[in-house]
Amino acid sequence: MSSEGDVAVHVHRDDEASKLGMWLFLFTELTLFGGLFLMYSVYRYTHQAEFHLAAKNMNTFIGALNTAILLTSSLTMALSITALQRGSKKLSLSFQAITIFFGLIFLVNKYFEWTHEIHIGNFPGSESLLNKSQGDILFFGLYYVMTGLHGLHVIIGMVVIAVMMRFTIKNAITRTNYVKLEAAGLYWHLVDIIWIFLFPLFYLIS
Amino acid sequence: MEEKENHNTHNHSYAPYIIVWLALLTFTAITVAVAGINFGNATIAIALIIASIKTYLVLTIFMHLNIENKTFKIFVVIAIFFLAISFVLLFSDYYNF
Repeated sequence: MSSEGDVAVHVHRDDEASKLGMWLFLFTELTLFGGLFLMYSVYRYTHQAEFHLAAKNMNTFIGALNTAILLTSSLTMALSITALQRGSKKLSLSFQAITIFFGLIFLVNKYFEWTHEIHIGNFPGSESLLNKSQGDILFFGLYYVMTGLHGLHVIIGMVVIAVMMRFTIKNAITRTNYVKLEAAGLYWHLVDIIWIFLFPLFYLIS
Repeated sequence: MEEKENHNTHNHSYAPYIIVWLALLTFTAITVAVAGINFGNATIAIALIIASIKTYLVLTIFMHLNIENKTFKIFVVIAIFFLAISFVLLFSDYYNF
């Protein structure tokens, strides 16, 4: 009973249930962002021409660059799990670190975008925006809320992956027990999917 | 040992992820290029179709739904179905059929 082998066999763990729990959480995220997308779609429908004009302010290049950055971070996240499955802890840690790094670059770009918009007076409650049409006000209101909430998710994701790195170093995540890393990955990929929709809706409608 | 057998049932390769990543970047380039052309009302439809294809790739490959238990797939389909219902019902109020 006390030998090492027996202990390994008697571990109480249900990876499937852990992952299902994570998916259920992701569905609540889907309703959170889904509500915002619903609001966007209605306002876009009722203020089509104004939304098209307002979107001209968006920098498509930075938007596309950020899309590529986030997609690449999703790749490195997925590769970190594969690396671990193949038994390379070091490589997995590197991929996790790169994922956090890409998240950081994404946020830096976002920071420059927001600073630029705020500088030219496109922020909720600013005098120049209040003088514009209802559609412009709605567009920028939605822009800040949706990309802001998404940015918050990127920050949370980065913190979660940092915790996973610590777990990996401490061997709480190993080649045969990596469900925590998988759950963190699912969260990161969801954040990626949300951006996949945010990008065309805010940057490509002008 | 028991666990190890489970984990070895899948072939762990980097290749599929890299291929999907290249596909995702290609679709991003396409969606940006297409946005420059004026298709009128179809523009948003094309953008959303491309976004859906990208989402499908992320869900199946990056999020492992392709090798996951069938329960997961059913859950995801139901979740998306209910989101779709809210969009349809909402627009039935706004759109004049």
